[in-house]
Parts: sequence; structure tokens; C-alpha cells
Amino acid sequence: MSTDNTSKPILAKIADAPAENPAAADGSVTAVDPRLLVREQGLSGYLGEFKRKMKAGDLGSIPVVLGLIIIWAIFQSLNSNFLTAGNLSDISVAMVGTGMIAVGIVFVLLLGEIDLSVGSVSGVAGATFAVLNVTHGMSEWLALILAILTGAAAGAIHGYVFAKIGVPAFAVTLAGLLFWNGFMLQILGSNGTINLDSEGLVAKLTSYYFSDVAAGYGLAAVAVAAYFLSSFFDNRRREAVGVPSRPLSEIIVRTVALAVVAFAVAIMFNQYKGLPLAVVIFLVMLVATDFVLRRTSYGRKVFALGGSVEASRRAGINVVMIRTSVYAISGTFAAIGGLFIASKITSANQGAGSGELLMNAIAAAVIGGTSLFGGRGRTWNALLGVLVIISIQYGLALQGIASPIQYMITGGVLLATVVIDAVTRKTQKTAGRA
Amino acid sequence: MVHVSATPVLALRGVSKRFGAVQALTDVELEVHAGEVVALVGDNGAGKSTLVKTIAGVHPIDDGVIEWEGKSVQINRPHDAQNLGIATVYQDLALCDNIDVVGNLYLGRELRKFGVLNEVEMERRSRELLSTLSIRIPSVRIPIASLSGGQRQTVAIARSMLGEPKLVILDEPTAALGVEQTAQVLDLVERLRERGHAVILISHNMADVKAVADKVAVLRLGRNNGVFDVATTSQEEIISAITGATDNAVTRRAARNGEAQK
Repeated sequence: MSTDNTSKPILAKIADAPAENPAAADGSVTAVDPRLLVREQGLSGYLGEFKRKMKAGDLGSIPVVLGLIIIWAIFQSLNSNFLTAGNLSDISVAMVGTGMIAVGIVFVLLLGEIDLSVGSVSGVAGATFAVLNVTHGMSEWLALILAILTGAAAGAIHGYVFAKIGVPAFAVTLAGLLFWNGFMLQILGSNGTINLDSEGLVAKLTSYYFSDVAAGYGLAAVAVAAYFLSSFFDNRRREAVGVPSRPLSEIIVRTVALAVVAFAVAIMFNQYKGLPLAVVIFLVMLVATDFVLRRTSYGRKVFALGGSVEASRRAGINVVMIRTSVYAISGTFAAIGGLFIASKITSANQGAGSGELLMNAIAAAVIGGTSLFGGRGRTWNALLGVLVIISIQYGLALQGIASPIQYMITGGVLLATVVIDAVTRKTQKTAGRA
Repeated sequence: MVHVSATPVLALRGVSKRFGAVQALTDVELEVHAGEVVALVGDNGAGKSTLVKTIAGVHPIDDGVIEWEGKSVQINRPHDAQNLGIATVYQDLALCDNIDVVGNLYLGRELRKFGVLNEVEMERRSRELLSTLSIRIPSVRIPIASLSGGQRQTVAIARSMLGEPKLVILDEPTAALGVEQTAQVLDLVERLRERGHAVILISHNMADVKAVADKVAVLRLGRNNGVFDVATTSQEEIISAITGATDNAVTRRAARNGEAQK
């Protein structure tokens, strides 16, 4: 940011400076406003910006991280087995199925829409794989790919009907919920349950662990190094062309924070069975989707549609195509999530994809901090949200508390989250940030 | 006035447009040259918006000819207009509130490097563009929602400049703005003219029209009702052309005042 105002208080909106400077109005060569938000270098600047964001209601992931810490503290005080490597590792593997579905939901929520069909579609994917692989003896990889494509196709159909014909997404995907559940029951046939090969590809998705301790530490080290190098070189490029960049100290603070978390998780996994394959796949998907949303023009278009459909259309964005593709992505991730869920129980059964799965997936995306109003959120929200939900499930199960109470508590957490969402949105509006 | 080229950038010859039973435009003529600001005025329902939309490709014309730099062209879709070099800034600004200034400026034509958004280059060029237009906003990395109405309007106009258009159409750019912001936008219109763009300015505000326009084209009930040179025409003449009568309250009052002064 500009340096001519750095003597002023951090980030201060310099209200006393004249809003307009007639001399500058004519021959001004800079785009610097006297009311510019000036950011001081170093840690104090960082704290200052943090305070300003809090005031403006730009809470980001803070509430969910705090919530997670509180939930963990409560369960740990109730049962000292909760924060053990074994339990946390189990939670991490169990959350992947719902988490994958929640990633797809984040895409849909970014449009400001909803997809109610993901539960049923996830069931269809598990059943499709089981029928093709077990009943018809198709090769595992081909069956896996066809199962995921089925999900993508189902999502694309919903998206097309919504985008092209203009049926509300709520209604289209509600119809999809019923249809795909029926479709799954139909292809499963009268037997109802198809058991998967417990040593097969899909079963391995959640049962395989990289037992070598080097795997966990290596992945953590690679992640930290990649983060540091990409931030560092990004900043170098920014400095080279003279646009505002982050100070090196801030990059280092962020990298250290990431390193602490990454290595703590790696140590935790290595104390138990090692690094779970499911978690690796989930993290890769999160990095990939985050990249797509924030670094590609496709992602920019998704955010634009969440902000203003009319503005997007006038900017030449193919609204029908983007909407259809977002629903296809949602269906794809529902299918991937369905395969992880089938993997966990090594079977495809009639109950798959029903019950609380849909609600948990949507709740995970929202609890993680994705706005229901569209245009705000990250796929990492899905990770945080699903961690909260599965932690509650496992914590209550450890206490021997039955699912009615579980539902009520998860419902309460979801309500608290949407209230926070609505309130922060209001605060952001008054702070001129929504 | 700045030098004006001989061949108009855009010329409409006998353009007509009908919506069902309504004849919205009848044999409308309009010429705009490079480096010239043409104000398009008329009462509500006179056909200003329809005329602009035919130029922008939202409504294809039924009859008549659109000439672009002397050659007859077809404009059937917004895309056709954009390809010719026509940029339109609509009244409702068509910006995304949740995206920052850079993102909005480049929305739909993002710069990419190896398929990835080139944020650094977009930010650099945005700052450059905003500074050449002397637009001052707090930061190019804050969401549009944080900006005032005038700042949003200037961002919307700056956005239209990115494609280096030959013709910029501004639909009531000052309608919702305060005194200060209106002056900023008018400054910007003058800067567009200095840079050799042709500008069509729709406005209800005679003061704005007098301030920046070179010519005033009046529409009344879907027909031309005169094209005036701003420098040599009084506001009363323009208003009487808009209201469509030489004998009405305004002209009578003008006449009375004229007599009183003598």
C-alpha cells in the first residue's frame, strides 16, 4: 500500500483529511485516495487489520475454530479418551465422506443456491459401484469412474433444468432427492444390500493407512514448504511490479502457524495407524477446489454469479453453463463422498444416502463459514464444518448418548451458525462490506 | 471542442423498432463522431433507453441501417456491439458487490497466465487505468460493497474503458449521485472525450448536458425532434424540443421573461 501515510495510526480511515483535493483532481497521477486504508508493516499492522475485520463482521473462520476448540474441550473433560490419537484419527477418516459432499455444497452455496439431492446421489454412486463391480464383475477402476460420472451426470441434469428452464433449484433438487433414492433402490434390487470386497479398491479408500511415519511428516513438510514458497514468490512478483505486497514477517508468521498445525496432525496420525489415505485424498481435493475457486477465471465466475447474476450476464458470462457445471461438480463430489461412505461400511445398502447425511453435509458447509446468501466462502470451510459435526457425533457416541440427542445438538449448532451468518452479514452491510 | 473526424463512428439511419402494438422508434437518425459527447435527451417514454439498447445489441432493430465507421453493420446480440467497440454503462451499475475492484474491472475478461488468473498483472493494470482516469478509491482490493455510489459509478465507467472501446454509452450516469460525485463523473466524461472516445450520454439533467455535451439529440415519442449544438443553443430551446411544443408553459414563460427584460 502507499507509504505516504504510514505515520498515521494503523489502518485509520483518515477522516480529518479533506475528502477531495481540487489540485489533485486535475492532474493527479495516482489512484491514492486520502481516505486510503493504510496498513502498517509488521505485526502491529496485522493485528490492526484483524481488529478492523472483527469490527466489520468479517469473521471468516474464527467462530468455527473457537467452536471446535470448545466442543473438543467439553468432550475431553467428559471423557479423557476423546483427544487420543486413535479417536481423532477415526474422526478424520469418518469425516471424509460427508466432507466430500460438503465440498460440492460449498460450490452450490457460492451461487446462493441449494442442492438437496446430494444425499441420494451419494447413495446412487455407492450402489452403482457395487452393482457394476460385484454383481456384473466389471473392473474396479472402471466401475469407480462410472459411479462418479453417474453423480456428475445427475448433478448436471439438475443444474441444466434449474439454469435453462428456470425451475427453482430447491424444487429441482428436491425432485432429484426422491428420484435418485428410488433409482438406487431399483438398481440394488430385492436383496437390498451388496457387500463390497473388503480388500478391494473402494474398501481401501478408508481402510488404508500409510504406516511409514515418513509419509505423515513428509506430507506436512511438503505442504508447509509449498505454502511458504508460493507466498514468497507471489510477493516477489508483486514487489517487482510495484503493487502492494505482504511483508515477509507476515508470511513467516503464517507459515509457522501452518507448520505447527500440520506437524501436530502428522504426529497425531503417526501415533495411531499412520497417515490415512482418505485424509490425503480429502486434502488434495480441498487444495484443488480452493485453487479452482480462487485462482481460475472459472472460480471468479462462480463468485460473480453469487454476487449478481445480472452483472455476470452483462459481463459476458455464460450463466447457464456455469450453473450447470456447478451442479455437476456438486453431483461429482456427492458421488465421491458416497463411495467413501460405502467404503467405511464395505457395502452398498438401501439406507445409503438417506437420513441425516444431506443435512450434515449442508450443515458442514454452513458451519464452516460458507454464506447461505451466496458469494462468500471457501472449500476449506467444508473441512472445519465437517470436523465439528463428526466430533459431536463421536463425542456423544463415546458418552453413549443416542442419536436423538445428537440430532438436537447438531441442529442447535447449525442454528447458531446461520444466526452468526445472518448477523455478520448485517454487520458487514453497516460496515459497507457486503 | 476537440477535433472531430469527418466519418461518424456510429450513424443510425432511419432506425425503427416496434414492440407489439407500440412503435417505440420511428426513423431515428443519430450521428456520433470520435472525440465528441452527444447527449441524448427526451421525456420518459421518448425512446432513449430503447435506442441505446438497439445500439448495445439488446434489442435488434426492425428497420433502418446502423453504420459503424461508414460501413453498414448488423448488431443482433450484445456480443456484436462489444466486438465493434461499443461499451455500455447501464444505470444499474452491473457490478458484483462481493468481488473486489480489480475482479470487477476484469470480470468476464480475466487476464490469465498458464490458465491461472494473473492477479498481479490485473492489479497493476487496474491501478494504472484508475490513475490515468484520475479515479481515486480507497483500495483496489476492497469489495465493491465498500464503495460509495459515485465511486461505484466511476468503477463501472472505468470497467467499460478496459476493452478500449470507440464508443461509450452512459445511461444516466449522474442520476443517483451527489454534487461532488456528479462533478467527478462529468470530469471522467470529459477525459473520455480527450482520449478520443465517442460518448453517448443519456441524462435528464440539463446542467450536466450543458456542462459536458457537444451536441444534444432530442427524442420525442420515438422520433427525432432536433439535434442542437450545445454552445449555441439555449436551455429553453432544448426543453421546448423535449416537451414537443413551442407553445407551452415553458416557452410562454420564456417569452414573458424576455419581454420583461426588454
